[in-house]
Amino acid sequence: MEPLERVVKPKTKRAKRFLEKREPKLKENTKNAMLIKGGNANLTVTEVLKDIYAVKKPFAVLYKKKNITRPFEDQTSLEFFSKKSDCSLFLFGSHNKKRPNNLVIGRMFDYHVLDMIELGIEKFVSLKDLKNSKCPEGTKPMLIFAGDVFDVNEEYRRLKSLLIDFFRGPTVPSVRLAGLEYLLHFTALEGRIYMRSYKVLLKKSGCKIPRIELEEMGPSLDLVMRRTHLASDDLYKRSLKQPKALKPKKKKNISHDVFGTTYGRIHMQKQDLGKLQTRKMKGLKKRPAEKSAEDGRVSPKKSKPA
Amino acid sequence: VEEVLAAAEEQDAEKRRSITVEKELELEFDLGNLLALDRNPPAAAGLRGACPRREALLRALARDNTQLLVARLWELPAERAGGAGGPLVAQLPEPTFRLPREKPPPRPRPPTRWEQFARLKGIHKRKKTSLVWDEQAKEWRRRWGYRRAGGDPARAWLAEEDQFARLRREKRERVARNEFNRLRNLARAHRAGTAVPAEPLHPTGHQSREELGHVARVARVSTASLGRFQPRLPKEPVEPPSRSGGRKRRFDPLLGNLSAERSRQLELLRDMGSKKPVLDITRAVNKQLRQEEAEAAAAKGKKQSKRGKRGRRQQRVGRGKKSG
Repeated sequence: MEPLERVVKPKTKRAKRFLEKREPKLKENTKNAMLIKGGNANLTVTEVLKDIYAVKKPFAVLYKKKNITRPFEDQTSLEFFSKKSDCSLFLFGSHNKKRPNNLVIGRMFDYHVLDMIELGIEKFVSLKDLKNSKCPEGTKPMLIFAGDVFDVNEEYRRLKSLLIDFFRGPTVPSVRLAGLEYLLHFTALEGRIYMRSYKVLLKKSGCKIPRIELEEMGPSLDLVMRRTHLASDDLYKRSLKQPKALKPKKKKNISHDVFGTTYGRIHMQKQDLGKLQTRKMKGLKKRPAEKSAEDGRVSPKKSKPA
Repeated sequence: VEEVLAAAEEQDAEKRRSITVEKELELEFDLGNLLALDRNPPAAAGLRGACPRREALLRALARDNTQLLVARLWELPAERAGGAGGPLVAQLPEPTFRLPREKPPPRPRPPTRWEQFARLKGIHKRKKTSLVWDEQAKEWRRRWGYRRAGGDPARAWLAEEDQFARLRREKRERVARNEFNRLRNLARAHRAGTAVPAEPLHPTGHQSREELGHVARVARVSTASLGRFQPRLPKEPVEPPSRSGGRKRRFDPLLGNLSAERSRQLELLRDMGSKKPVLDITRAVNKQLRQEEAEAAAAKGKKQSKRGKRGRRQQRVGRGKKSG
C-alpha cells in the first residue's frame, strides 16, 4: 500500500525530508517511545510515565490527555498513534480494580503491534523522592540483567529483549569513558522483576580500571508480570531479519595464524620459467666462437664479407 | 631480588583486589549496547526479606556486575578525542544482541521507463552548470528563473498568436504529462511488487465450460509425471499437441519437403558466411520501444477515459477563467 500513499508528491523540501525520515531504511533511526495514559490512570501510574519520559528524553513522546483504549483487546488506536508520531515503542499506563497500577510495555513492527507485556507495579520510588544529584538528560545507560529466569523462561526472554530495546538509546560508535554515569539494573526473582537505577561514581583504584561506587537515584520499580501478547515465531523471525547489505564484508585472501601474523594470498598466472630474468653470470655467457658455430649451423646462407 | 619481586606482586594484588569480583558463572557482555547479562541465580534468601536489606543486597549485586562491565569497557581501544587534552573516548564495537527492526527492510523499486531506456542506450546523467552563456546579452545568466538566459519569454509579443496563452497551455500539458508518467511508474512498481494470483474456480454455480476444462487440464498436468500416465475418461479428447511445447518446439518429419530443407540449409550457410550480424541491435531495441509505447498508448486511452471527466473539467475551468 505504500506507493499509493506516495501518490501525493511532497510540494516542499521540508515535507520531503519529513517523509524520508519515516520511510524504511537500511540503517534505522533510534526507536521513539510513546507514553500513553489510559482511561483511569492514577497518580502512581502518571508519575511512572513522567519519570520514564525523563529517562528516555528526547526519544520519547508523552501524551498529556487520557486515552480510553484497551491495548489487549483493540490495537488499532495504538497503531494509529504509532503511525502519526512514528514511534515503534509504547508504554501504556492504566489502573482499575482488577489490575491495579498496570503498565503495558510493547513494540511495533511496520506500525503493527509485535509484542506486548503487561506489568503490575508493586512499589515505585520516583526521581523526586530520592534527593540527590542526577545525571544529564540523554545519557546512554548501562544495562544489566541479573537472574537465570531471563534466559530460561520464554516470556522473560522477550521481556528482556523489550527492555533492552526500550532503554538502549541511540547506537553510537564511541563513548566517553568518564561519561558512563547511568546504570539500569534488572533482577528477576520469584516472579518479580526489580528495576533499579543508579548513578555510577568512578573512584580511583590502584590501576587503570576505576572502582565503582553506586548511588541510588532515579525511578525504581518492583514489577510483576501479568498478561502477555507475544508475536508468533515467524513474525518475530521476520522482524529480526537484517538486509544483506548490512552484513560486514569479508576480506578475502587474508588469514591470521595463532601468533597474530597476518598472511595474504596472491594469485599468479603461469610463468614461463625459461624467460625468467635471473642474475647475469658472466662465466656462462656465450663466447663468440660458440656463437658463430651455432650461427653457422642455423643460417648457412649468411656469410661474413671478407 | 626475589623478596622485592614478591613484595611488588603483593602490592599489585592488593590494588587489584579492590576491583576484582568473583562470580560463579561468567557474565555475557554486549559492549555495543553497554549491556551485561548475569546468569547466576541471585541470593533468594536475602532478597525475600525486608525492604532495606533487600535494597542493600540489590545494590551490592549491581555494584559487582557494574564493576565487571566497566572493566570490560576500559579494555576497549581508547584514544583522546580532540588532541592531547580532550576526554578519553573508547571505540565501541557493533552491538551483538539481536533486536527486531522498526520497519521491514526497504525493497528496491523497479526502474522507471526512462531509467530502463537510459540503461539500454548507455546514457549517463550529466551535471548541469547553474549559469549559461547568453549570446544576446553577452553575459552569464542563470539557467532558469529571474533574468534567465534565452531572453524574456513574455517579450515575443510581436507574433500573431497569443504567447501567454501558448506558454500557459504548453506548461499545463508538460505538467500533466509528467504527472501521468509518474503515476504510471508508481503503478508499474506496485504491480511488480504484488503478483496477481490465478483465479480459483468458483465453488458452485458460475462455472463455465471453458473454465472447467481449463481447471481439469491444469489438474491433470499437476502430477509428478506431468500428466503422462493419467487415465482418461471414455469421451475425453486426446490432447498431445500441448506436450509438443508450442510453436518453438515443433519439429518437422525427417523425410518431408526436400526443397524446403535445401533452401533452409542454404540460407543458414549464407547467414553464417556474411559479415553483417543477423540481429541488428539498434533496430531490435527501437522495435521493442515502439511496441511498449503502443501498449502504453492503449493503456493511456483507457486511463484517459477513466480520468477523462476530472481532467477535462479542470482544463475547462482553467480556460474559462483566463479567457474571461
